[in-house]
Amino acid sequence: MSTAVPRSAFWQGFRESLPYVLTIVPFALLFGVVSMEAGLDLPQTMGMSILVIAGASQFAAVQMMAEHAPALIIIITALAVNLRMAMYSAALTPDLGKAKIWQRAVISYVMVDQCYALAAQEYQRRPARPVPEKVGYFFGSATAICPIWIVMTLVGALFGQAIPAGFAIDFAVPVTFLAMIAPMLRSLPHLVAAFVAITVALLCAWMPHNAGLFPAAIAGMIAGAETERRMARLQAPEIRR
Amino acid sequence: MSDLTVWGITIALGIGTFLLRYSFLGLVGGRQLPAWALRHLRYTAVAVLPALVVPMVVWPAATGGQPDPARLIAAAATVAVGMLNRGNALWTILGGMGALYLGLWLIG
Repeated sequence: MSTAVPRSAFWQGFRESLPYVLTIVPFALLFGVVSMEAGLDLPQTMGMSILVIAGASQFAAVQMMAEHAPALIIIITALAVNLRMAMYSAALTPDLGKAKIWQRAVISYVMVDQCYALAAQEYQRRPARPVPEKVGYFFGSATAICPIWIVMTLVGALFGQAIPAGFAIDFAVPVTFLAMIAPMLRSLPHLVAAFVAITVALLCAWMPHNAGLFPAAIAGMIAGAETERRMARLQAPEIRR
Repeated sequence: MSDLTVWGITIALGIGTFLLRYSFLGLVGGRQLPAWALRHLRYTAVAVLPALVVPMVVWPAATGGQPDPARLIAAAATVAVGMLNRGNALWTILGGMGALYLGLWLIG
């Protein structure tokens, strides 16, 4: 039983992730196109999708490479985009912290938004499941999602050059970012965070090398967190955080 | 940008992103983050991404940094489609690019 059950957990994770594969495909295709457009070659484009596997930060990095921003600014910006993954890591620790070290390392490598969201839901539904099954679920989910990211990047990179210049492909990057942002605007604190970040970004647009991103992002985070804290206090005055 | 720089950035991002993902799961172990830290981390993506995208929308490189009505309308349309269909990225992207082509065709 101890070997059969994680296998069923693996396939459960795989199955439940399949609908999300469709949300990965357009981003991965576009990343391949945009990265080649930005002047990266095929190995560099694939290298990024294989080594980083984090869509939004990859788009940010190639966009800034095309603008010849300083390397350090590119790295800091792209890692800032990925800061939320430290939160995922913290949130998964109660469920997966006791897994074997190599399993935790593999899970960290494939911890993309979709796998995190699916696993978090599953662990909430069945908190008492044994750790190997929880690991199996995550592995199954990642097996459905992560290879698609890499393969579709390749498809986009290979066939992207066939897109004629009149298609304003330059704007695919902001459209892609906006398509990632829109589903996040699901609560008032999220809306406030985005609105404050946009306002400060516009006010700080004079700063060189997109450096206005940092005050804008910090202001947005604080605004979102503060709105959440005040709303929680309004709804439940006895619970002080 | 030289090949070496591109690879350097890619490897730094690969290691940095892995360490962010591994941070608590691998290194901190069972310790929980304080609530205020989690609260701020929750809003990183929704703050960083709009801040990143706004200059691209308002001062697009393709028009030499001149604000362009077609691109502004397309950006608004993308957010609208994305909020309405809740996560079907394909339709959101197609809707946004469709609005852009329509705008470029109408406005020129």
